[in-house]
Formats: sequence, structure tokens, C-alpha cells
Amino acid sequence: MGNTLAVEFAYWQTTIFKLVMAFVAVLIPAGGTVYLYLFKMVSFMQSRLGPMEAGPYGSLQLMAEVGKFAQKEDIFPARADRFVFAAAPYVVLVSTFLLVLVVPFGPDAAFANFDVGVFLALAVSSLSVIGILMAGWASASKYSLLGGLRAAGQLIAYELPLVLAVVGVVIQAGSLNLQRIVQAQIEGEIFGWGALGNPFVITQFIGFFIFLVAVQAELAQVPFDMPIAESELVSGYMTEYSGFRFLLFFIAEFATANIFAFLASVLFLGGWSVPPFVTDLLGIDSYSNVMNVIGPIVMATKMLLLTFLIYWVRFTYPRFREDQLQRFAWKFLIPLALVNIALTGFFKVAF
Amino acid sequence: MALVPGVIKGLGVTFSEIVKTVTKGPETVQYPHAKEDPVPRARGVIALHEDNCTACMLCARECPDWCIYIEGHKELAPPRRAGGKPRSVNKLDRFDIDFGLCMYCGICVEVCPFEALFWSPEFEYSEPKIADLLHDKSRLGQWMTTVPEFEPYEAGAQVKGKKVPR
Amino acid sequence: MTATQPNVDRRQLSYIAGQAADARVNVELEAEGMTLNIGPQHPATHGTLRLVVRLDGEQVIEADPIMGYMHRGYEKLVEVRTYPQINTLINRIDWLGSFANEVPFILACEQLMGIEAPPRAQWIRTLFFELSRIANLTLFLGDMGVQLGAVTPVFYAFRDREHILNQIEAATGGRFHPNFDRIGGLKDDLPAGWVDETRRALGQIRKFCDVMEDLIVGNEIFEARTRGIGVIPADVALSYGVRASGVDWDLRRDNPVGGPGAGLVYDKLDWKVWTHPDGDSFARYWVRLQEVREACHMVDQLLDSIPAGPIMAKVPRIIKVPEGEAYVATENPLGEMGYYVVSQGGLEPFRVKIRSASFSNMSITPWVLKGTYVPDVITILASLYFILGDIDR
Repeated sequence: MGNTLAVEFAYWQTTIFKLVMAFVAVLIPAGGTVYLYLFKMVSFMQSRLGPMEAGPYGSLQLMAEVGKFAQKEDIFPARADRFVFAAAPYVVLVSTFLLVLVVPFGPDAAFANFDVGVFLALAVSSLSVIGILMAGWASASKYSLLGGLRAAGQLIAYELPLVLAVVGVVIQAGSLNLQRIVQAQIEGEIFGWGALGNPFVITQFIGFFIFLVAVQAELAQVPFDMPIAESELVSGYMTEYSGFRFLLFFIAEFATANIFAFLASVLFLGGWSVPPFVTDLLGIDSYSNVMNVIGPIVMATKMLLLTFLIYWVRFTYPRFREDQLQRFAWKFLIPLALVNIALTGFFKVAF
Repeated sequence: MALVPGVIKGLGVTFSEIVKTVTKGPETVQYPHAKEDPVPRARGVIALHEDNCTACMLCARECPDWCIYIEGHKELAPPRRAGGKPRSVNKLDRFDIDFGLCMYCGICVEVCPFEALFWSPEFEYSEPKIADLLHDKSRLGQWMTTVPEFEPYEAGAQVKGKKVPR
Repeated sequence: MTATQPNVDRRQLSYIAGQAADARVNVELEAEGMTLNIGPQHPATHGTLRLVVRLDGEQVIEADPIMGYMHRGYEKLVEVRTYPQINTLINRIDWLGSFANEVPFILACEQLMGIEAPPRAQWIRTLFFELSRIANLTLFLGDMGVQLGAVTPVFYAFRDREHILNQIEAATGGRFHPNFDRIGGLKDDLPAGWVDETRRALGQIRKFCDVMEDLIVGNEIFEARTRGIGVIPADVALSYGVRASGVDWDLRRDNPVGGPGAGLVYDKLDWKVWTHPDGDSFARYWVRLQEVREACHMVDQLLDSIPAGPIMAKVPRIIKVPEGEAYVATENPLGEMGYYVVSQGGLEPFRVKIRSASFSNMSITPWVLKGTYVPDVITILASLYFILGDIDR
């Protein structure tokens, strides 16, 4: 994995490049999935075509919406705590950007290669809970308060299945470093057959299921969208937000979904790698410089697949009630995750 | 919590709907690029056949919203045969229907004893100014060209078929 | 004081009085717990219903529905309208199944005038009554999904309901407000080809019912949200008039006024009344699903054998209903709807009292919402199924 680029860049140049790429990696997929899933997939599910006027096949609809949100009046509720109200969307967005730091997009195309990548990812993903609580409390509205309180309970409850689901992967890979996890999936073998590598979704299917369910809950998506509960609380903690601040929440929601999908593809689907038989066919090394270009494309494909699952479930099911939600997390998911860890440890030692 | 059967079937339903929309097209029509024709009996706009109207005011009286404005005067027409009295006929001065008030109930069309009012399925006459929704005599006469012929009835009907005067 | 002074004072006084009344409502409930105002502008309350709930955490201690935000003064309006004009107005009470609103009124007037509609008219009247039931209840089937968070079924409901609305439009000219019933019969006869088209539309509705069964009734999350929520036992249901609590009562079959049918032809059809012993929200949804299927079955039978004949009895041109009073209630899609028509022999009725189903259904709300959680409030309101126009008239 020790490739060098043809040209030497100074540290400040690579930093600026990384900053720009961070924005790209967060915002472009968010815009793409908003168009693909929120505008088009849900419309096709409902026998209609969705936005078609703005741009060919409605592709510029998001631009129109961004413009619409940006020119709206900035409204503060009269009794809202102004600073906390204003800061809440930024806190949620900050956690999104911090999360994308650990995701590797290629053998060298990573923002930073942390040895405790997984740990850092799960830690910063909890920051969004603070942002949501701030929004719910500072809005000075009973609906927002209800939404914020529900969010507090739900998001904290589903942190545990999220973490425990990943522990199985870590045991199997033997490292918290995300690049090492990808490497373990490339170089692994399924019962001695190395053509596919060893994507952890095959052995860790329980963990995969738990991770996806926990991600759905962390994003407050249906069926776990009690904090938002559109038909009850209008918009939950987001009720009093309008204009640009609402846009920030909106972008944060979709961007976080994408980054969790990136994480899931790294942890379970082999990340930026293609199966070894493909690289053998193409005659390139799995860690060559070419993979730095192909890697992001592969990641994007896997991310689109996983977000399709997330939004498919979101637009089909009704929502759980808060206590049913909690019961599901504490009495079903966490014991299942613990069983998964036990089994993984057993099999790792036995084989 | 055996979540597998029912929820998976639900996912299957929505997925098959996606496939159906992508392959066979949506159920919606992209108005205004494509338009659907309304049925012939659709209550779109009211057309006036002025020759039949005698300004008897029945429609204006029966309208629940009082949105029909009629003014007429009596004129003397030549007698039917030579040596008779000149007969007085009602001449229509003003016949306005305010479609901003109109409920599209059809009472005026129904009560007209001389069959001067007809329904037309034309519906694209929205105006930027509300005052323009008051259609006067000439405009109501123009709608007559859009009035479709009366449809034949189902088997077993004993209603007399009517014809639209052109 | 100048001539304008008193007007200004009166307006201001009424404004202050309104605010005081509002404040009194809130102050009364402020004793303990949090008072939450669900509505009048709210995505879940089908319109402008205001529900003042006092919460202890997420549990409801007390609920108080405040209706009247959509009061349009029907009963006063119809005192100065002739009978054909009233027919137009009352279409708009329950706007989803609007033909059903005309039927009890027309039956009451026919009773007062002593006119009986010819058999073909009665047959087609029943047909449209059942079609409006299908139109109304299919929307409910999708709407309950959206109240619970499933955004897709309601689109299927609107999409498949279009077929029924198209059929109503093909015969009457209006999708939502047909204005088709007349004292003594119907306005016009059916156009050619209508029967076959309607059969095709019914096929779509049957497919829709199957889809709803897969997508919602079979969904475990839906079952978890609705089973055991808002249980209304049979005796309470009898006093309030709510269905699906094991009470086997249907006005189409048990109409005490005017004998079986009395203007509608239910006694000539083969159909059954659906009920469910549980009395919870799931039961109400399930019963309405079966009712849609039963209505499709009834419409099929009606389409098979429409008798030939005139569509309108001999009725004078200017309708003057003789003196008397009559009350006719029918099994509308929302419940029991009745009109009490008092006539003094003129062109216009003296008084029309409208007994609307949703108003009585809503009166059970304070009792059934006690002790439920906030999400369950939405589930119960959705399953009780009211239309604001029906509550407030």
C-alpha cells in the first residue's frame, strides 16, 4: 500500500484539497440520493413520475429547492433560545462531516487513516443527538419538545445495537482500522475459495441486519421516525425551522444516510475493493493507483444499493410507537447483537 | 417478533410498483404537456344558445348562488300571419354567468324550459383576474361549439334522447 | 357617539370575548400536565378539528374536542333555499362520498310528498349509494396508513379511487359533487357503455383491496400499532353509533323508518353485514376493508339486473312539499346520517335538521382517548374516521 504520487504536494495544498473533497464527498452524494430516492424512487413507488419540469427529468429540482430555501425569511420563534436554536443544525452537520473523515475511498484515497477508525466513527455519529436535542428544546414549542424527547430516548437506545453490530466485524478483521478491514475482506477466503474475497456480509449477516436497522433508527427514518412523526408532530424537532436552517437539517439527514451507507459498505461489503477475480481479470493489483480512481465509483455503487434499501423500507412501512421502538431495541436487537458477537468469537477461535 | 412474512410482502408490493411505473409508465398524466379528455357529460362550462332564450329568468331565479345576470326587454315582432296582432317577444340584452360564483350544480341547465343552456366539458378557462370570470353573452355563445352531442343511453332507459341545436 | 362608534366597539368586544373564551379553555386545563393543542391546523386531523389534550408525559389525561371551525351554517342556509338548491348544497357535507348525502334528504322529501321513485331509479340510486361508499372508504383505507406513517398506500387509494370517480363523472357530470338525486327519481339516465366500464373499475377496486391487505393489514408494524388501541366495547358503541364492536346493526337492513329499503333496494340483494368482535382500531380498519369488498359485490349484483323503465316519477315542475315532518336515516359511509325535514307547505323547508355521523362518532373521543399515548390518539382518530364537513356542517 505504499504508492506515491507522481507530483509532490505541500501539506497546505493537500489540506485544501481534502477540505474540498470532504464537501464533495458529503454534498454531492446527498444531492444525488435526494434526487434519486426522494424525488424519483418514491414517486415510482406511488405510480407517479415526480418532479419533471426543473431540468431534464427533474434533475435540477434540488437546485430549485435549495434556491427556494435560501431566499426564505429567517424566522425565530418568539421565545426561542436564539443561540441554541441557530447552532443546532450546524451541530448535526458537523457530526456528518466528521463522520466522512474516516471512510476510505481507495487504497490511498482517505482523508485520514486512523488506527481506531471504527471507534472514532461511532463516537462522532452520536454528536448529532446533541444537535437534535438542542433543536427540540430551543424551539420553545410543545411539538418540538415532544419530538426532541422522543429523539433523545430513541437515538441513545439505538447507539448500542449500532456499536455491537460492528464488534463482530472488528473481531473478524482483527483491527479497528477501516483500511485494514477492507484489506481483510480482499485477502480473506471463503472456505479456501479466494475469488470473491471475504465480504463480511456473508458471515456477519446478523450484524449487517442489525447495523442497517440501527442506521434507520439513528437517522430517525420510518419505521423509527417517532421524533419526526409527520402526521402527529408536524415535523418534530424540525417544526420551527424554516428556510436555510431547515435546508441544513435536510442535507444533514440525507448526507448522514449516505455516510452510514459508506460505512456499512466498508464494514460489510468490502468497501472500495472489487472482488479479486475481477482484478485478476483486469490484470491490476488490488492496491494499485488505479483503484484510487475506481474505488470511489465502487463505493458510490455500494452506497446507492444500501440507501435503496434504507429508503425502500422508509416509504413502505408505518411507524413504530415509541415504547414499541424501545422494546425492539433493548429486548431484541441488543441480545441478538450479543449473540452475534459470541458466535463470531467462537468461530474465529475455532477456525 | 416474527417480522418476516407481512413486512416482506409489503416490500414486495412497493417494489413491484416501482417496476411497473418504470416499465409501463405512471398512472399520472403530465399536464399540461399531455392532456386527458374529460367525459362528454363533465360539467366544465355552461354554453348559451341565444336563439332559444326568451329571458324568462327561470335559471337566474333557481341558481343557488345567484350568479346569472339577465336583462331583457320586450319587442314587437311582426305578426305570424297577415292581419294579426304584432306579438311581443323577449329580447335578450344581457346574459352573464359569473363563473367565480358558479357552483357547477346544473340547476340552470335543468330548469331551462326552452333548452337554451348546455353543459360543455371545457375546463381550461382560468383567468388571472377574477373579473374576467364573468362570461358575457357572446362568450357563452362561443362555448356552444364545444358542447358535445348527447350520448345514447344504456339499455332499458326510457328517456327521450335530446339534440343539441347548432 | 357617532354612527360608526358602536360598530367598532362591538367588533372589539367580540374579539376580546373570543380571546377570553380561548384562554378560559387553556386555563381550565392548565392545572397539571402539559396542554397540547392538536389542531385546528394539523396534518392528522382531516381538516380543522381542534383537540385540546392534557398530557402527563406522553399519556393523555383528558381530551376535549372542539368542533365548529368549519361550520358553514347548513341548517340555516337551507331555510332559504328551494329543494333542488338544497340538493346541491348538501352534496358538500361529506365531500368524499357525496352522493350518499343526498339520499336521506331525497327520501325524506319523497316520504312527505308521497311519491315513490320508479324501480329503475331506485336501483340506480342504490348503485350510486354503494359507489359513493366505495369512494369514501377506499380513501380511508389509504388515509389510515398515512396517519400511521406509511406514505405509499394513500397514493394507491387516490389512484384506484379515480376509477370510481370517473364512473360517477361519466353518469352525472361531477366527480365529487354529483347532484344527481331528484325527488321522484334521478336527474338523467346512464350513458351507453357505463355498465361495462363500471365493472372494470370494480375490478381495480378489488385489486386495491388485496394490495391494502398485503401492504397494511398484513404488516406487523400496523398490527402492533392498532391492535388493542382504542377499544370501544359493544354497549358503548351502541350508544354512540360506532361500528366494528361486535354490534350487528346496519340501517340498510334494519331501517325502522319506512320498512326495509324504503327507497333503496337492499332487500333484493344478497349481502351481509360485516362486524368484528374486538372493537379496536384494527377491527375498524378491517371491517371497512370488508365493507368495500361487500360494496363491490353489491354493485356487481346491481349492475347485472337494472330494471328497464322510466328514471323519474311524475313530479311537478315547481316542487312544493306539503306540510309535515319526516325523518329518514341511512347507513352512509361514515355512519348513520339522517335528515329531519319539517315543511310548512312552501317552496323551501321550514327546518332541516341534519344528523351527521361524524359528529356523533367524535363525541366518543373524550371517553376513548383517556389514558392513551399521543401516537395512539392519532391512531384512534384515524380509525374513527370523520370528515370535518360532516362534523361541522
